[in-house]
Amino acid sequence: MREAITLAHHEEWARVVASLTRRFSDLDIAEEAAAEAFATAVERWQADGVPPNPGAWLTTTANRKAIDRIRREDKRGHKQKEAQLLLYDDDPPEPPGAIDDERLRLIFTCCHPALAMETRVALTLRMIAGLTMPEIARAFLVQETTMEKRITRAKAKIKAARIPYRVPSAEDLPARVSGVLAVLYLVFNEGYLATGPDTDPVRHDLTAEAIRLTRLIRALMPQDGEVAGLLALMLLTEARRTARVSASGELVTLDEQDRGSWDAALIAEGHRLVRERLAAGVAPGRYQILAAISAVHTSARDVRDTDWPQVVALYDQLVRLDPSPIIALNRAIAVAELDGPEVALAAVDRLEGKLAGYHAYHATRADLLRRLGRGVQSRAAYDKAIEIAGNTAETAYLTRRRDELG
Amino acid sequence: MQYLVSVIFDKAGLATPDEDAAIDVFNDRLMAEGHWVFAGGLAAPSSATVIDNRGEEALFTDGPFLESKEYLAGFWIIEAADLDVALKLAAEGSKACNRKVEVRPFL
Repeated sequence: MREAITLAHHEEWARVVASLTRRFSDLDIAEEAAAEAFATAVERWQADGVPPNPGAWLTTTANRKAIDRIRREDKRGHKQKEAQLLLYDDDPPEPPGAIDDERLRLIFTCCHPALAMETRVALTLRMIAGLTMPEIARAFLVQETTMEKRITRAKAKIKAARIPYRVPSAEDLPARVSGVLAVLYLVFNEGYLATGPDTDPVRHDLTAEAIRLTRLIRALMPQDGEVAGLLALMLLTEARRTARVSASGELVTLDEQDRGSWDAALIAEGHRLVRERLAAGVAPGRYQILAAISAVHTSARDVRDTDWPQVVALYDQLVRLDPSPIIALNRAIAVAELDGPEVALAAVDRLEGKLAGYHAYHATRADLLRRLGRGVQSRAAYDKAIEIAGNTAETAYLTRRRDELG
Repeated sequence: MQYLVSVIFDKAGLATPDEDAAIDVFNDRLMAEGHWVFAGGLAAPSSATVIDNRGEEALFTDGPFLESKEYLAGFWIIEAADLDVALKLAAEGSKACNRKVEVRPFL
């Protein structure tokens, strides 16, 4: 029974919220009625069994809850002022067979560029993933009341400023999709490299949620290359999750991971997506290139079999698209394998002005200096990296490496 | 739906002739496409007077109500179907007047 409800929650939550938002033009009502419908399902299904069509049952129940609430508020005199105008939508009705999924509208509204990034993340996790307020608050280490305020404020802004409830026009679509993907990637990364001294180093709940949402977007927009790219990137990263932290809670770097413990099914799925994008013959965006790099790594059974020239070539392509210092840093790490640590160190040192506050910059320098036998400088760089790193597994790894310098 | 597009600036001085010309082109477009409600540039904040007549008698204070580096240099009031349309117009307005703008919906 628990499983049936969990499954229905995963499958139907966003659909129920989206269809109620469309019908009642109000995110608040939609969210509350959906939550009530699921609470009712927990009781009712326990007694009567799971209905033959759980999604339809939930939508009907939620609709009834929403109407009840509106009637209650009407009685108390809180008339729903211009209820039909609260969320604006001037689209003609969709022709049958077109993208008829209302969840897409919901996603684009929650990830609207007029909302702050942290707000988009919170709204997406609440409205689309169906996480509860305490779950979201815990995920981002903030007080529950803070998270509630953030979401309430966002819903008020969506209403007052009339953030539209629709899929953006074709010309705006690429930029808006990339905004949605940025939200999902942020959720994934927070799970993959969780911050905070009292947090698990890897938060599987967050990586799983991010993958589930990206799969949903992929199902809704199968033609979009960057959506496929991000999904592939997440799968190929997730495949290495268990190999990435040792039994003693220490980060295990890519070169030292037990490749036999990588998840072969996730890797196969990720590789399929990468091949699909290569076959499409369209110039790839950044997620597709990052996924391709991940595919090269996960294709090597042994770290010594890694096709480093290919990795560096992909990073070159990425730098042309996104000349950020973090990309340049990652490129330098690959260059160390191809041209040696000396060449890489020169490239890394050029980034000091921009990355002096970033732990990975110091960790990379520390490793290159160690390989060059410059122990004193290496130790100083490890000290700096340990000071800034926020992830417990990473701190443990860096500390061991520093102490091994002797 | 109407939106206030406030022009925010932090230096002394009015729009240059080039900026004025670009603003004119933008305004013509707003009118042609039915977005125009009203617009205007404002004199320097130092020319402002604050009035408070909530008490016994009206109090007049020389200068703006808020002392800050950034100030309101002008504004548009536009008609737009939703925030996406308003943001697009505001982005073009910012380009035309060569200043930051803020979009805020009317109630």
